[in-house]
Amino acid sequence: MNNIKLAWKNLTNKPLNMMLSLVLFALGVGMISMIFLIENQVQEKFDKNLAGISLVIGAKGSPLQMILCNMYHVDDPTGNVKIKDVKPFLSGRNPLIDKAIPLSLGDSYKGFRIVGTTQDYLGLYDVKTAQGKIWKENFEANIGADVAKIANLKIGDTFYSTHGFLSDGMNGHEHGQFKVVGIFQKSNSVIDQLILTTTQSIWEVHDNHDHEEKALTENATDSHEVHDHDHAHDHDHEGHDHAPPQKPIIEEVDQEITSILIKFKESSKKSFQALTMLRGINENTEVMAASPAIELNRLYDNMSLGESFLRNLAMIIVFVSGLSIFISLFSSLRDRKYELALMRVMGATPTKLFFLIILEGLLLAVIGYVIGIILSHLGMSVFAGQMEDKYHYSFTAAKFLKEEFYLLGGALFIGFVAAVIPAYQAFRTDISQTLTES
Amino acid sequence: MLQTKNLKFSYDGKNYLDFPDINCQRGEQWLLLGQSGSGKTTLLHLLGGLRKPRQGEIMINGENTNQLSSTALDQFRGKNIGIVFQKPYFVRALTVEENLMLAQELAGQDIDKDYIFKLLNQLNVGHKFKSKTENLSEGEKQRVSIARALVNRPTVILADEPTSALDDKNCHEVIRLLEQQSKEANATLLIVTHDGRLKELIKNQIEL
Repeated sequence: MNNIKLAWKNLTNKPLNMMLSLVLFALGVGMISMIFLIENQVQEKFDKNLAGISLVIGAKGSPLQMILCNMYHVDDPTGNVKIKDVKPFLSGRNPLIDKAIPLSLGDSYKGFRIVGTTQDYLGLYDVKTAQGKIWKENFEANIGADVAKIANLKIGDTFYSTHGFLSDGMNGHEHGQFKVVGIFQKSNSVIDQLILTTTQSIWEVHDNHDHEEKALTENATDSHEVHDHDHAHDHDHEGHDHAPPQKPIIEEVDQEITSILIKFKESSKKSFQALTMLRGINENTEVMAASPAIELNRLYDNMSLGESFLRNLAMIIVFVSGLSIFISLFSSLRDRKYELALMRVMGATPTKLFFLIILEGLLLAVIGYVIGIILSHLGMSVFAGQMEDKYHYSFTAAKFLKEEFYLLGGALFIGFVAAVIPAYQAFRTDISQTLTES
Repeated sequence: MLQTKNLKFSYDGKNYLDFPDINCQRGEQWLLLGQSGSGKTTLLHLLGGLRKPRQGEIMINGENTNQLSSTALDQFRGKNIGIVFQKPYFVRALTVEENLMLAQELAGQDIDKDYIFKLLNQLNVGHKFKSKTENLSEGEKQRVSIARALVNRPTVILADEPTSALDDKNCHEVIRLLEQQSKEANATLLIVTHDGRLKELIKNQIEL
């Protein structure tokens, strides 16, 4: 029988003592690991979706809200801006700007946001279609992989948009009818959760909505297009049948969009003008600019307050669990002093007894660690489910981090430290004295 | 063979216990008699290498155990000396069988399950080999601890008041078993006791 087996039998002989230490230890490890997992995945999501965007321009309000809404699609829009107010950014004449991508938000289907934008948007996230093609005409839509799966949409399916972001469609009259023309590959970016279409589709939906008009019909023909095109110049746009994008977005000066995502040119990213642009916009114009990097740092700072509280709490729990391992080993040693003396009589060296007790501490730590990791990943799968329901953001419980591996080192250290004093006591067992004490 | 010469021990460095010289040949059975407090258990611990004497020598199988290093003494004790204590101690987390296996292992011997079963059967506790030791009766515990003392085929068996807690019937039984087993193993048996009942059973006697 080796030491491990003997240590195991000693531990399981007093299951209640063991349980308390294990529960505490598992709780502490589980909390720390869970914090790691959430922090890691939230940051990964945020960072991945940063997508090289340097600035977001939109209506005045909370800059963080604007970032969260337009880049991460988790908050409501701050409002809309008129094209004429943001024309200089969209014109393509600004030498600093590589890409300026307009976003129009406000509608959804089954809780998935419909985003009116240009095809440049896809370039940010480097996504490809898994099936079908990229949208071109108004009311053609491309859907993210998760949308396809959860809303059960296929190429050629049509659906009506709902006003607002709520999945129950409570404030939704049925809006425009969209047709799925393409489904994206899973990219683990926000695109997975979005329905993309032209900016003009969003405008049309809203214009038509006011007039209770019907949405796109299958037989929108080329002649319509021409017809519409003519009228678009003469009349207000409202009240006409849907058609492919007519005028360039930038000419629809009175229409509104939610925001513009700005990507600077590589060469000008760090330039003085680029760095001062944010302040310039906020001080001199009617719109607001925000830097995702700055806002996210602010968000992380706020998160880290709560995080460090939780982390400290977890540390305290781990410390207490270490103490509980110490106490349980120490008290079990008092019960077991005769058998330790007996083992010495039978030929065990003091060193052997020392390592036996150390091993008991380490075993407790390892088992506690394993239970803790299982708990944290179970917790993570619950959390992932909630995030998926609430924000359509997918997290995974199946991912293991190298920090969790380091945690094992920490756990072993605590198990060792907790066992050292009891082990030393066992080491010093005076056989004769112990056996005559009885 | 178990011999001592000029053995002296002191707990405090002032009051010395002087022990008479002992000379027990291999295969003999001896009683070590004395009143409580006369140093019987101390002597047994000295003989068993659980304590070191202040002075004198202890020869077991020609080895002066007083001069062994502590690790060597641990090994020597495990292999050559079987001790039956007044109270039967066991590793409680283990079964009867596992306790005996542990004794073999700690002494650095190969595990010999057949011998373990043979011993337990001879001592009439063969059916208890899978039991936890705390579920045994006092008599059974004492017999299992005798089995443990014998499991490494020691040359010296030391027994500390093995019968003090037992009734007459069990007392005779335990002594009979100890005698029988030590004869079979050709080991020296030394029983330390103040139990007058044993005087009639074992002829070789030392008074403290």
